[in-house]
Amino acid sequence: MATAVKTPPSLRPQTHQPAEHADRAAFPPGHEPRFHYLIEDSKDDHHNYGKPKSFGRHVWEWMTSVDHKRIGIMYLVAISTFFALGGILALLVRTELAMLGDTIMDADTYNRVFTMHGVVMVFLFIVPSIPASLGNIIMPIQLGAKDVAFPKLNLASFYLYVAGAFLAILSLRTGGVDTGWTFYTPYSAETGTAVIAMGMGVFVAGFASILTGINFIVTIHKMRAPGLTWNRMPLFCWGLYATSIVQVLATPVIGITMLLLVLERTLSIGIFDPALGGDPVLFQHFFWFYSHPAVYIMILPAFGVISELVTTFSRQKVYGYTAIALSSVAIALLGFLVWGHHMFTSGQSIVSSIVFSMITFLIGIPSGIKIFNWIATMYRGSVWLVTPMLYAISFLFLFTIGGLTGIMVGALAVDIHLHDTYFVVAHFHYVMMGGTVIAMLGGLFYWWPKFTGKLYHEGMGVASAVLVFIGFNMTFFIQFVMGSQGMPRRYADYPDLPWLEPLHQFSTIGSYVLGLGLLLVLFNGIWSLFKGKPAPGNPWGGASLEWTHTTSPPDPHNFSRTPLVTHGPYDYYTVFNGAGDGAMGDGMGDGANRPAPVPVITEGAPQEFDKQIDLGTKQA
Amino acid sequence: MASSTATVAAPAHDAHGHDDHHGHDHPPHLKHYFVTSEQQFEAAKLGMWLFLVTEILLFGGMFVAYGIFRAWYPELFAEASTQLDTVMGATNTLVLLLSSFTVAYAIRGAQTDNQKVLFWNLVATVVLAGVFMVIKYFEYTHKFDLGIFPGAAFNPTSDVVNPTEGIFAHPRAGVFFSIYYVMTGIHGFHVLIGMVAISILAWKARQGKYTSAWYTPVENVGLYWHVVDIIWIFLFPLMYLI
Repeated sequence: MATAVKTPPSLRPQTHQPAEHADRAAFPPGHEPRFHYLIEDSKDDHHNYGKPKSFGRHVWEWMTSVDHKRIGIMYLVAISTFFALGGILALLVRTELAMLGDTIMDADTYNRVFTMHGVVMVFLFIVPSIPASLGNIIMPIQLGAKDVAFPKLNLASFYLYVAGAFLAILSLRTGGVDTGWTFYTPYSAETGTAVIAMGMGVFVAGFASILTGINFIVTIHKMRAPGLTWNRMPLFCWGLYATSIVQVLATPVIGITMLLLVLERTLSIGIFDPALGGDPVLFQHFFWFYSHPAVYIMILPAFGVISELVTTFSRQKVYGYTAIALSSVAIALLGFLVWGHHMFTSGQSIVSSIVFSMITFLIGIPSGIKIFNWIATMYRGSVWLVTPMLYAISFLFLFTIGGLTGIMVGALAVDIHLHDTYFVVAHFHYVMMGGTVIAMLGGLFYWWPKFTGKLYHEGMGVASAVLVFIGFNMTFFIQFVMGSQGMPRRYADYPDLPWLEPLHQFSTIGSYVLGLGLLLVLFNGIWSLFKGKPAPGNPWGGASLEWTHTTSPPDPHNFSRTPLVTHGPYDYYTVFNGAGDGAMGDGMGDGANRPAPVPVITEGAPQEFDKQIDLGTKQA
Repeated sequence: MASSTATVAAPAHDAHGHDDHHGHDHPPHLKHYFVTSEQQFEAAKLGMWLFLVTEILLFGGMFVAYGIFRAWYPELFAEASTQLDTVMGATNTLVLLLSSFTVAYAIRGAQTDNQKVLFWNLVATVVLAGVFMVIKYFEYTHKFDLGIFPGAAFNPTSDVVNPTEGIFAHPRAGVFFSIYYVMTGIHGFHVLIGMVAISILAWKARQGKYTSAWYTPVENVGLYWHVVDIIWIFLFPLMYLI
């Protein structure tokens, strides 16, 4: 393509000015997005691209598509649906607690509502959230692969997830579950029969999680593009790799636990029910052997997203790449040795409690390494305060609070006072919602232009970030106070603590603000699909493959040619010349202009760089 | 190159688009998203190993439950295991070990392009797995005849066993047999799945689908079968012998 190269769009951080990027002329000739994977299926013969298809044909192609991007989108839609359902249930819970006495439901209904909220949010939303949606869509592109290693298995995983979700919802038909999301025996062996459907639902959805984990590990090991060594892999992929290890090693245990619980209910085999000679504490051990590592299934991909956001929007190479990458793996492995800290009051021996407590403190080290590395990445960078970065900064605040309070409840003596109170509720919401969900929202805004081909509305995005941050803190910060004052979790009413009523009301109002912020996110997404400006290939000036080597949206096969990787994922200064104040930063924080290790590309937009690589390294 | 087939509708596309789909002769089994057969084979094998790790952990939960209850009621477990038929268990162990050999030999057949060895060893593996299930059936039905059911149905009353005598008088006697049924039952379920998978392999091997160029399914099902075998190697002494 010997046409004159257009002047590269300046990649200097531009404040809220997507208009210039949206200009189609920003694409070098021959690099405009042509084949839209949302319309053309990767199974299509490429000679059929652009041919008209009936609506039914489109639906069928989506349902049977093995394209990782389409499966990721289907997951995203399903996960968002369950997030909405869980969110509505959460608002019902908060509304009930706003006033003393029965406000909108009785105590039995309340038990079912908060249980459903927990189960839907944990097993149907947050466990698959980032890996199955953003991970599926983005990870193979970041690796320079055409697809995941097992595309059919990927689709099977989606349908298993749907089947598991269906079973979990089916439990409502048999009366609903009122055990809390932890299903502790012996109560779960005695209460209504809905536990059977719910247990099978969790069991089946667990298989979906296992299959995703296997798929990702194999993809990361075997499908990386030439030149994409382990230490050139984007940190999002490292986060997903650590997550997948946990998914593969922990999920089978919840599988067998749920299966044994179902057998306990159907055959009374007597493994967990003390009335039949079983051991209820054994259930707790099995449950937390999965469910504590599952916390890392939820947060590790979020760490990956934040690593991408912080470095891209600070225009500076990430500080301590190896430390961030390996601390994820360290958290994944240490996470298997701390489950007992959920059971300090369950009658486990003092020695095990002390050991579990000590290992729990150790987790603070790799987590702290990450936080400090992200802050060091921002230091002296050119921080670009667009929506994804606002979410990333929210994450840094909220996750730090969540992490530090985690150390508090991990301390033996303090936990005796705080166990099963709102302090714990606030702690894990700060980690799960303030950590994972905020990171997922940031990641969605970040990659939205890439996988939809549309730019979202920046003003609405900023407004949603602010609303979510304020609403979240209003809802949950006050719960630390209530918990430390003895407000127990899972109670429908608090007649003995009437002076907590205004605090509960404050929290409830906060939850409405939070809901409003999330609705704004949804509206922004839908708005952008219809009214958003077309996105250029690299709206943020990122340096990993999904930005530099493919269009927005990507080709159904991701790349026109397998990329050859010659630099790290955050070597902005080797990819773009003159990309802003921080472009020369190499993470040392002193802004010094050191010589780049590989030749600097001085001409051309990111897409042009793609072509130069293509031409120079054409695969035989 | 694809330019010979370029259509007017998509010239720019073909100019530097997906011509790599046409440029090579790929072997029919090679999926378009892999570069080489080796990469595809290695990926499939790594995926299978990871799946087998999850299988080990699935059984791991049950082995932990076994260990805990055994530590609590050692005399019950030692006594109750004498109720299981060691001869039948040992026979089943030999049968499974032999089937592990035949499946390995089948893989060897595929690697050396010896279709006869491949096919007949797969058939032999299915037959041996069938023998295992038949013996298991006799063991289970014999226990059921004595009233030794899992869980709530546990009611050992017949002319040989009595709920008031020996280990059956033990208040936790049912737990041993529950664990026995759950562990061997889930293992037996895995044997059944293996029988179905190996039957499909044999059927396809008959059509000459597997050659030394591509025998990934044979290799992977073989790996699975070895794990099913290994789990039994642990179940047999834990349940029958000690």
